[in-house]
Amino acid sequence: MSIRHGLLALLERGPRYGSQLRTEFESRTGSTWPLNVGQVYTTLSRLERDGMVTQDGEDDAGHTLYSITDDGRTELRNWFGTPVDRSHPPRDELAIKLAMAVGAPGVDIRAVIQSQRSHTLKAMQDYTRLKAQALADVPSDRDEVAWLLVVEQLIFQAEAEARWLDHCESRLVRLAEAAATEPPARPATPAVRRTTRAEGSRR
Amino acid sequence: MPLSVPAPSTGPSVDGPVLELRALTRTHGSGAAEVHALRGIDLSVRTGELVAVMGPSGSGKSTLLTLAGGLDTATSGQVVIEGQDLSTLGHRGLAALRRRSVGYVFQDYNLIPALTAAENIALPRELDGVSVRKARKEAVAALEEMGLADVADRFPDEMSGGQQQRVAIARALVGDRRLVLADEPTGALDSETGETVLALLRNRCDQGAAGVMVTHEPRYAAWADRVVFLRDGSVVDQTLSARAESLLTAEGAE
Repeated sequence: MSIRHGLLALLERGPRYGSQLRTEFESRTGSTWPLNVGQVYTTLSRLERDGMVTQDGEDDAGHTLYSITDDGRTELRNWFGTPVDRSHPPRDELAIKLAMAVGAPGVDIRAVIQSQRSHTLKAMQDYTRLKAQALADVPSDRDEVAWLLVVEQLIFQAEAEARWLDHCESRLVRLAEAAATEPPARPATPAVRRTTRAEGSRR
Repeated sequence: MPLSVPAPSTGPSVDGPVLELRALTRTHGSGAAEVHALRGIDLSVRTGELVAVMGPSGSGKSTLLTLAGGLDTATSGQVVIEGQDLSTLGHRGLAALRRRSVGYVFQDYNLIPALTAAENIALPRELDGVSVRKARKEAVAALEEMGLADVADRFPDEMSGGQQQRVAIARALVGDRRLVLADEPTGALDSETGETVLALLRNRCDQGAAGVMVTHEPRYAAWADRVVFLRDGSVVDQTLSARAESLLTAEGAE
């Protein structure tokens, strides 16, 4: 998972201790994906087991410091050099919900779409306010730049979702219209008949 | 996600709504050919607020905007701008109110090609009876405020699309105009420039204007305080303004 590589990337800039890594990870990503210290230490001990980091003494306050090893650097270079896999899309609850809503008895799929659209737009409004705030002063240090990239990613993703929802709605309307102008369907035998897509989309 | 979202800035004043639509309907044609463009819309827009109106084509977005600006007459219901019911105004009164209180921003900018940026902005003020000198001064100040001082003496065809649209926003809000109505203001702009224009519109609203913007782009609608969804001439949904939410929370805490 990306926490592993995120920590390696931070350690490449010099030895660090656990809670320091947590703080730096969060300032890069604007606490979008908060880490708890436990996760950081678990990840560090796995990285240590795999020979990618090594304990490297203590700082003046007695924090155990960790350093990246050559193996860790190789792993990090590989990570940056390899695209994030998109061939096995993670389960998407919204896509599953709409897939299940098609033809589901007692479910108004357009209402499902609309309530999601509203929610997604609301999230975009929040992200956009964060972005406007981030842009109020020209982002200068790398944490500010990194955070801007992350918040814009949130906006782009929400935008894609909102556009897809618009598309779903107009697709369903077109299919329903097409179905309505077709010659009368064969007599229904609901007990065994499989619902076709076009019929299922009728409201 | 546990992001801490900054509270939206509140406008300088919290007086009555700048624009109010009450049970607004607009029907075209009659009998079998009757088309209900709007079916009873209630909408109120306050100082400092930017409202985005979204919906599929034919949902009534543009009709809403033309009625709100007094460019068309409602079949029933009321449009109230700064406390004045448009239906109680005569032709002349309506024209004056449109000129003095309402600014328009269109997709294709609608600047007058034979006038410079400053002259475009000064023109409505001169029509209001403001002296040429004063109107020019206001126009230059408005351009400076938008970081456009260097285009003051350029003609529209000597400006980029983004600059033209920013000039159009300056023109819409020059003088005492507090209501800006924008119809797809980013339609002809690339996304980066579109964002700049939206940020500016947002900023003008924060400074005390009220805005209604029709858009089909979620990314631009997200700059608004509130997004209203229209379908078949009715409001089907709206995102509750974060400001309204914080008000509710504040009241609830009392």
